[in-house]
Amino acid sequence: MTALDASTATAVPRRKLQMPGSTATVYLALGLTLVVGSLLVAERGGTLLDQPGITKILTLCTALGLVAIGQTIAIVAGSLDLSVAHLIGLTSLVTAEVMAGQNGRIVLAVAAALGVAALVGAVNGLVVTKLKVNPFIATLGMALVLQGVLEHRYTGPAGETTRDFQRLGYDRVGPVPVSFLVMLGVAALAWWLLARTRTGHHIYAVGGDAEIARVSGVRVSRTVITAHVLCALAAGATGIFLASRLGAGAPYVGTDASYDLQSIAAVVLGGALLAGGRGGVIGTIGGVMLLACLDTTFDDLGVDPFLKDVVRGSVIIVAVALYARRKPGGRT
Amino acid sequence: MKRLAPGTLPVFAVLAILLVALAFAGPAYEHPQGYIALLKRAAPLMILALGQYFVIVTGGFDLSVGSLVTAEVVIAARLLDGNEDRTWPVLLLLIGFGALVGLVNGLISTVLEVPSFITTLGMLLILEGAVFLWTDGAPRGALTESFRQWGRMGFEDVPWIGQLPYSVLILLALGTAAALFMRTGMGRLVLAVGDNDTSVRLAGGRVRTIRTLAFVVSGISAAVAAILLGGFSGVSAQVGGGLEFEAITAVVLGGVALGGGRGSVVAAMAGALTLKALFSLLNLLGISGALESTVQGVIIVAAVAYAAADTGWRDRVLRSKARSTAQPGPPAPDVVTTS
Amino acid sequence: MKRTWQVVTAATALVLAATACSSDNPSDTGSDDDSGDTGSHSDFYDKAELDRQLGFRTATAEGPADQPWEQMLSPEMVDTAKFKKEGPYKLCFSNAAVNNPWRQVGFKTMQAEVDLHDEISDFKVLDAEGEDDKQISDIQSLASENCSAIIVSPNTTSTLTPAVDGACKTGVPVIVFDRGVTTDCPVTFIHPIGGYAFGADGAEFLVDEVDGGGKVLALRILPGVDVLETRWSAAKDIFDDSDLDVVGVEFTDGDAAKTKTIVDDYIQREGQIDGIWMDAGATAVAAIEAFEDAGVDVPPIVGEDQQDFLTKWQEDGLTAISPTYPTYQWRTPVIAALRILNGEQVPKEWVLPQPTITSDNLGEYVNTDMPPLHYAMCGCEELPEYPDAWK
Repeated sequence: MTALDASTATAVPRRKLQMPGSTATVYLALGLTLVVGSLLVAERGGTLLDQPGITKILTLCTALGLVAIGQTIAIVAGSLDLSVAHLIGLTSLVTAEVMAGQNGRIVLAVAAALGVAALVGAVNGLVVTKLKVNPFIATLGMALVLQGVLEHRYTGPAGETTRDFQRLGYDRVGPVPVSFLVMLGVAALAWWLLARTRTGHHIYAVGGDAEIARVSGVRVSRTVITAHVLCALAAGATGIFLASRLGAGAPYVGTDASYDLQSIAAVVLGGALLAGGRGGVIGTIGGVMLLACLDTTFDDLGVDPFLKDVVRGSVIIVAVALYARRKPGGRT
Repeated sequence: MKRLAPGTLPVFAVLAILLVALAFAGPAYEHPQGYIALLKRAAPLMILALGQYFVIVTGGFDLSVGSLVTAEVVIAARLLDGNEDRTWPVLLLLIGFGALVGLVNGLISTVLEVPSFITTLGMLLILEGAVFLWTDGAPRGALTESFRQWGRMGFEDVPWIGQLPYSVLILLALGTAAALFMRTGMGRLVLAVGDNDTSVRLAGGRVRTIRTLAFVVSGISAAVAAILLGGFSGVSAQVGGGLEFEAITAVVLGGVALGGGRGSVVAAMAGALTLKALFSLLNLLGISGALESTVQGVIIVAAVAYAAADTGWRDRVLRSKARSTAQPGPPAPDVVTTS
Repeated sequence: MKRTWQVVTAATALVLAATACSSDNPSDTGSDDDSGDTGSHSDFYDKAELDRQLGFRTATAEGPADQPWEQMLSPEMVDTAKFKKEGPYKLCFSNAAVNNPWRQVGFKTMQAEVDLHDEISDFKVLDAEGEDDKQISDIQSLASENCSAIIVSPNTTSTLTPAVDGACKTGVPVIVFDRGVTTDCPVTFIHPIGGYAFGADGAEFLVDEVDGGGKVLALRILPGVDVLETRWSAAKDIFDDSDLDVVGVEFTDGDAAKTKTIVDDYIQREGQIDGIWMDAGATAVAAIEAFEDAGVDVPPIVGEDQQDFLTKWQEDGLTAISPTYPTYQWRTPVIAALRILNGEQVPKEWVLPQPTITSDNLGEYVNTDMPPLHYAMCGCEELPEYPDAWK
């Protein structure tokens, strides 16, 4: 156990050096986007941050935020999950079909969706750890398997969520959607898990260097499997949330929005290192909000949707290039 | 074939089995023409796999090739606009554009130290957006016959095989060149960069230059693949969709380790041919439609698990040691994961 | 040996995972029963709606014959006096996406229609980029923007229902077109006859043109999209009742290279193919080229109204037909909005005619000056911006 302490001791200070830098940067960029966006929109006679504007930004954050929280855990553990988009489609369908329009079945539906998600996450984790398949391939394979299931079984939206359940997706407190608060709650939980628990320390240690972690007594396989299950659960939660928004499940709801690559983009925008061992939920939420603010500003300015892709792509590259400059020990 | 690179045996075995199975599955493969036709259809993906091989073996990823292929085809259609006399300048321009995109990918990944997964993900978005911004949302113009012939036509009436498609010749030329190159000292250096960049750097190798050139090769191969694909099937906005994942899958199926340092370029291209042969076989057997992707997913994972079970752990331990001895330098920036 | 077993275990685990996911759904109607040659119907199959659409094909539409986007089939008019309002108007539009040529042509046509009307002072468009969740947010934000009317083109049928309900509650007239929602709160729902009629047009053509026992290959874009499922459902009924032999039903992903490969495989596998049915024409030319490259005659084929296909059809003298899902329907929502704001009656369900291009009227639609992926049935030729805006 002393060896373990030594390893986390080396990992933690580096994280403390790193985290404020990139997290501050992403929130700085967020603030800047809001100021510039507000000015530009005001020039056109609109208001970016009126009640509908704030509601829209926060709503856009919710789904991507939920997936990205899970993706953060997977990436910090040195893995990644490319199957989340298909899993979101599947869990939205499981939720809506199990609920079948009956309030009495809400709990069962949520449990079923999370159960399916946990199972998929566990399989991902087992394939990565026990079969030693690179996570990129393992989760891409899972995505293809799920795609086959979705295409084979569904011909379009299916199932029905109840009106009461849809309030999760539509109710708000002032300008703040309830679902956004739920997402923040999940984020807080994930932050606590990563930063304050032994499992969290293990996840950082394994992501930093699996071999050192193993030598230090961390059960690498179990940690990676846990990370994958948590990641899949977050995707399952996204599917449940989208089922409440859509009133039904939809096979393409995850892939249409490319939540797989979008969530990875949000996580690295938030300052996480793709190689693992560094990153955090706070930064990720900043990354998600930055993307949502850009989106809303462009909408208000009537920008061509194709230009949005160009800007998104550039922002991601520039942000990560900036973080790479600050990396301690980097060749700068 | 005196000596196979480690980890490449399975792909050749699977490919051989698939090719034999094809002969029993349908009348099309009773004659050599069937196999030539298969090779013609597989050529673009095999060329993409060639480019992707260089990027992966030096420790990176190129996710931008799919949207680069789409962009190239859309650019070609708009610039050609059916004018035969523009064909050659446009062909050169496409190759140049592919090289340029690769160069930008490479420089951002090496000089700015952005992981190539992110660089090329960003590039994917930029290319997709920019090309349709330029054409107002949908492809316009038309390809010329002399442009399309490279992917569609060939030498006719060749004894025994009938048509010998140009695309197969281009594929053979590029494949041979790549295989020969990998046997040179430069080729061994490329492998060494992916295996242990620190030792290459210490030995005076120009790691950044080699990594950047790998992206340039990938960009050019995407341009060639686009020329063949556009020729084969015409203008379409979806032409490159998903090709990046198919190319990476093909390379991995060929036994090339993600993270770099191991694998052969011929095996990577064989991986692409294996994928295409597999699709054809599934189709001939009638196992197609929706469950095709499920079968594909299981096979990919199984293939990599098979290869990884053998060499994976030992390799990871070695690399991890190499990295820990190289502290306090940064870990190889392009390795997505080593867990 | 050990690793072999590990791999077998992995494969089994993945397959088990897949089936385990499936068994969680009680409402499984057994759509995976493939005993018949063309399989069973999808969950969306609706015999009554199919019969209704087939009836519409021969019905006479009300309205000006030279402006099919203003025509309507058996309309049930509703009163709109409560929405009457003085101009100028701010029209708001929540668009699903502009991510394919059909939507591109349609959206340009819609913008040109808006430009015709000086009383529209502002036309605000939010593009959902193909994301259901974003479109819901878009509709919500439009609902709070003082729009005179809100037009919605849903990304997925029925999933925007709660958002559209919310928009209706603000008292602004809501107009839905193309895909529907499962609420009747919109003032009008505009759509051409529909997918069943589209699918039937092509299938009936093949039954007429292909000799008995002939081999037909059905090419579909992708499963799981209801507006495409209906096209196949109708065609399937007709093929099942005919003596044609449907040798394959394949998904092309709308990808030309994949289409060409599939058709080539079938030519090799079956020796010959006597007819091609498609649920959308985007890759029809690729299918034709597969026959050309194999050195055989192109059989009767079902395409769509894209210029590349129409041109090929005319140049090569093919036996072909183009059912259409007309892009001129993008003009109608703007016209409907203005009528509603004027207090004029509109049909509750505004069913537009859905013309079919045959060899008899092909000449009217071929226009080699337009881009290859332009849709001929845009009803845009008389608009002032034509043709530059569509090029």
